[in-house]
Amino acid sequence: MSLDIRSAPSKYWIKGAKSDWEIIIGMEIHAQVNSNAKLFSGSSTEFGGEPNAHVSFVDAAMPGMLPVINKECVAQAVRTGLGLKAKINRRSRFDRKNYFYPDLPQGYQISQFAEPIVGEGEVTVDVPGEAEPITVRIERLHLEQDAGKSIHDQDPLNSFVDLNRAGVALMEIVSKPDLRSAEEAQAYVTKLRTILRYLGTCDGDMEKGNLRADVNVSVREPGKPFGTRCEIKNVNSIRFIGQAIEVEARRQIGILEDGGKIDQETRLYDPGKRETRSMRSKEEAHDYRYFPDPDLLPLVLPEGFVEDLEQHLPELPDEKKARFIADYGLSAYDASVLVQERDSADYFEAVAKGRDGKIAANWVINELFGRLNKDGKTIETTPVSAAQLGGIIDLIGKNVISGKIAKDLFEIVFTEGGDPAEIVEKRGMKQVTDTGAIEKVVDEIIAANPDKVQQAKEKPTLLGWFVGQVMKASGGKANPGAVNELLKSKLGIE
Amino acid sequence: MSVDAATVRRIARLSRIELPEADVPVMQGEINAILGFVEQLGEVNVDGVEPMTSVTPMALKMREDVVTDGEKAALVTANAPQSEDNYFLVPKVVE
Repeated sequence: MSLDIRSAPSKYWIKGAKSDWEIIIGMEIHAQVNSNAKLFSGSSTEFGGEPNAHVSFVDAAMPGMLPVINKECVAQAVRTGLGLKAKINRRSRFDRKNYFYPDLPQGYQISQFAEPIVGEGEVTVDVPGEAEPITVRIERLHLEQDAGKSIHDQDPLNSFVDLNRAGVALMEIVSKPDLRSAEEAQAYVTKLRTILRYLGTCDGDMEKGNLRADVNVSVREPGKPFGTRCEIKNVNSIRFIGQAIEVEARRQIGILEDGGKIDQETRLYDPGKRETRSMRSKEEAHDYRYFPDPDLLPLVLPEGFVEDLEQHLPELPDEKKARFIADYGLSAYDASVLVQERDSADYFEAVAKGRDGKIAANWVINELFGRLNKDGKTIETTPVSAAQLGGIIDLIGKNVISGKIAKDLFEIVFTEGGDPAEIVEKRGMKQVTDTGAIEKVVDEIIAANPDKVQQAKEKPTLLGWFVGQVMKASGGKANPGAVNELLKSKLGIE
Repeated sequence: MSVDAATVRRIARLSRIELPEADVPVMQGEINAILGFVEQLGEVNVDGVEPMTSVTPMALKMREDVVTDGEKAALVTANAPQSEDNYFLVPKVVE
């Protein structure tokens, strides 16, 4: 089936007054390239810094200054293209995109219009709640310069301009209109971010603006041709991307159902008011007058350049996920959770090495991630190392502690640190496997509750209550398997 | 190919060049003369010739990813008509 005519599952359709509507979304993602120096100058890309400290005469567009391209930025674009299974163009070219704004000192942005460095590719995206992944086609990836920053609230008459960001390399990654709901769009950006972070080509930090999205939204009656689209500029969080799409789709449906028509235009999303609004009046409509930059020769990748980068590409999330399923017997869901961040995947593998993969995955996903989340920590700042978590799992495996005690132990290691085996030893957390000792407790509980013993003969589910009592009396240290067995035989439950 | 008066006004506006209305016909004549001159290139047969972006048969030289420049905010803003704390100051622009 052609992806153009793919329809979203009907649960994603929006019910209008007159018919159902389907949302069509395409995205332009601007990803800041990880590099030391800027795309065409030798000044630093470091975030922050004193005003205009990371600015050379090239970045400030002083007359006579000429751009020289940064090889690493080119390599990063190629790596990203390879990660998107895209065609790498051995020859590409830079154009000038002309417009006036004070934080664009050249009066044009150096970009790639007609001949981008990367052509068509694709991304496989898991959408939460959907069994089958979707394929999103990439139309192109090109390199371009970022602009500077204007600050408008410092002075009543003037805007302040800081060019530290001006000239930093960006990759613009353009998708085809293959997304059909806010959920799909969010899942796509999440996946793209994961791929970029695996490749090390962009840190994906949306708070710093290092990954931002322009979202093209249109609506259609399911199965009908595409409608006119509007572009929502510069949405800088995954949550806002979802909101902006919903809000914009409903605005367009309202107009269409009232018999109006959509004007193709650029809009801004205002998260405070939960609305999109037109960015520029029509007379200001942009006419970028692209033309080849006469300061730059065509970019021709040297022989072996692409092949060399390809050989050193890291294992990517899709491959890693497939390997986790095959080698560790993980469910597709668990595998996709673990591979979302490379650090999480590495952590899991360190825990799983020489142990049961499924048990390791359970501990990492349910206990560790849950606990990290609660404290606002991440896998990079985890207080429990993979070796420590592995130690806890080993203690369960060797029947030294019960699963329940293991959770207490995990909490101790998480908050206080220390070697799990030592903690168990010192604090007397070892589980009691001595049946004589357990039997004594079981007998006491049975003797103290003759009425429940009677009830249990008719209602075997009461066994659980007895198990609970015994565990409580033993301070959680009795081996649950042994307790179960003893109780069953003494209560006469099969 | 030729331009009309409206196109001349539009080009002026896009280029942020103030063009008095009286100068529009003058500029229109000059631009059309230039276009006419360039149009002579249409007489050259370029069948089978790849579009060129550059007349020199060379590719772009690449630079290593090393920080070698910057840290001279005072120099960068030295020629600015208005600056403060090493920021450029421009007449207020708000979208």
